[in-house]
Amino acid sequence: MSPRLAYMKPLDLKSGRIDMNHGAGGRVGAQLVEELFVRAFDNPYLRQGNDAARLTVPQGMRLVMATDAHVISPLFFPGGDIGSLAVHGTVNDVAMLGAMPLYLSASFILEEGLPLAQLARIVESMAAAARHCGTPVVTGDTKVVERGKGDGVFISTTGLGLMPAQRDIGGANARPGDVLLLSGSIGEHGVAVLSQRESLQFDTEILSDSAPLHLLVAALLSALPEGAVRVLRDPTRGGLATTLNEIARQSAVGMLLDEAAIPVQPQVAAACEMLGLDPLYIANEGKLVAIVAAEAADTALSALRAHPLGVHAARIGVVQADPQRFVQMRTGVGGRRVVDWLSGEALPRIC
Amino acid sequence: MKYVDEFRDQALARNLAASLLAEADTARRYHFMEFCGGHTHALARHGVLDLLPPNLRMIHGPGCPVCVLPVGRIDMALQLALQRGVLLCTYGDVMRVPASAGLSLQRAKARGADIRMVYSPADALHLARAHPTREVVFLAIGFETTTPPSALVLRQAARAGISNFSLLCNHVLTPPAITHILQSPEAAQYGRLPLDGFVGPAHVSIVIGSAPYEPFARAWHKPVVISGFEPLDLMQSILMLLRQVNDGRAEVENQFTRAVQRYGNATAQAVVAEVFEMRDSFEWRGLGEVPHSALQIRPAFAAFDAERRFDLRYQPVADHKQCDCGAILRGVKQPTDCKLFATVCTPENPLGSCMVSSEGSCAAHYSYGRFRDAVVI
Repeated sequence: MSPRLAYMKPLDLKSGRIDMNHGAGGRVGAQLVEELFVRAFDNPYLRQGNDAARLTVPQGMRLVMATDAHVISPLFFPGGDIGSLAVHGTVNDVAMLGAMPLYLSASFILEEGLPLAQLARIVESMAAAARHCGTPVVTGDTKVVERGKGDGVFISTTGLGLMPAQRDIGGANARPGDVLLLSGSIGEHGVAVLSQRESLQFDTEILSDSAPLHLLVAALLSALPEGAVRVLRDPTRGGLATTLNEIARQSAVGMLLDEAAIPVQPQVAAACEMLGLDPLYIANEGKLVAIVAAEAADTALSALRAHPLGVHAARIGVVQADPQRFVQMRTGVGGRRVVDWLSGEALPRIC
Repeated sequence: MKYVDEFRDQALARNLAASLLAEADTARRYHFMEFCGGHTHALARHGVLDLLPPNLRMIHGPGCPVCVLPVGRIDMALQLALQRGVLLCTYGDVMRVPASAGLSLQRAKARGADIRMVYSPADALHLARAHPTREVVFLAIGFETTTPPSALVLRQAARAGISNFSLLCNHVLTPPAITHILQSPEAAQYGRLPLDGFVGPAHVSIVIGSAPYEPFARAWHKPVVISGFEPLDLMQSILMLLRQVNDGRAEVENQFTRAVQRYGNATAQAVVAEVFEMRDSFEWRGLGEVPHSALQIRPAFAAFDAERRFDLRYQPVADHKQCDCGAILRGVKQPTDCKLFATVCTPENPLGSCMVSSEGSCAAHYSYGRFRDAVVI
């Protein structure tokens, strides 16, 4: 008599839901990992089935690491979902030091009751984004929390990348006279997400700009001599205004922006106008700010515009000496104002 | 963006700036007050102050509904949310306003109170329908602009026989506040008011019209120009005020003709009159008690009046002793004259009313105009 192989009913991806068993470390949890996560993210590192991944670091390169937690609501929004966002967000953080992102780790906190179909959709989207970026998810973890203790799913990702050992791109490197470049129009991600919130029902065609920026960064860096790019940063939460204030503080400089030069899609401008929001403070997930040496600015702008993700890149201002570290702006009508840090959550005005 | 970009045109702004400079009498100074917080915000956000002649000063008035809401009224709402288990709804701006004991609606929410941000009182009524076993209260604030929607939902709630919805009314009125600024005994305490005219509110005037300012303009011999919210609207209105002053006129003029009519919106006024009546007196943060300056819910709608329904009592709370908001709101002092400004009083930690919302004069100056204070080395 031949031994009977243990049979397990496959995951019910159509109508099944996450329950506490999926996080208990037993066979059910292993099944979820194998049939959903490993299958979707499939790569040689994951296939080894270890709790960690062995990676090789070439000589002369430095390791760059970034981590990002994603708790977005709703999980699916026009132009993306929490899965693709979790890849793009971390890939971009690694890329902003001028590094090439190579590997990701992912941890999932799942809420009891989450439909497996939703989870599968998120994982598929995340896997597709990781493949597209060339950044395999090489290790991961899953936990389940009781109903009401999470919001469907939270995803944390960590990214590892490599860069030449001598490269120095960072928020403290802006100098007076440098030029501020922006890779495209601002505010789309925040408005796309807001448009889906239940209390804010308006029809809009605005899609999130969620996108991986590492190839745009690579194109920019390859067009310029080493050192010409001083700072790269993606203006996510808090928007362009907050990002520029962070850099001004780190570099101990001021900035002067030209409002008329900052690209904003008309639908985004209209939505912000209606909701009493300022696009300068709205989150982006597929844009970058590049601060470059003045003499390299034209080349840098051409390099950005030659890439599909930088077609609408613009020169938006200059870095200037300022002990107060103000980010100032020449307004559309020709006045001046401070572009301050975001104060509190971006809540709309009421009348 | 159509219908907005036209009112932010730089070339036209330059023309208006040139006219203002050419027509301003260099032998005198001009002091105009924009009453409305929306105007304060627009002046600051668009940098319009840079385009005005050096001898013309804009004084930022008390027309920011969030700023003038006294702490004691927020405390009443907090009591409902924290102690009475009420589902409290309000506009986003109110969430951050500091209340007593280091609380705010936002902090109360973090402590477990059920407080929801809504975009309109209709959303609050919707919540009441969706949660029939909960008491749902809408914390209503604002000038004449936000009063008609409040009145409308109370009428709807009454007609639909909804028994779990009420409104905590903090609606205030524009004309009495303007008059108060000029005539209150406190004004003397701060010195003579250098006010030559008023930029009249935009949205408020859509509802009430331009006529309510006429007796005031006559009695005090102060010109009023009702202005739209865009930078070119404001510049044109300021030019109209300047011309009136130069001509010795004190009339009510309407720059915002694309939206404001002399007698306003009669339908909105009727529904407000049906639901609300005059309050004898109301405390304004920064101005103190102002008689006949606010509305309360009529007895016919008493069941929907959260003050009656929950038997709430108003407890005034004093502002910080060194806070100069009262003088700033009256134009006697500037934000930078206040010892607290940008030191212990900031948008993150507002102590006085003018710092509470981006429409307040201190917050607007802090967030948008602070570079002007920088010492040039």
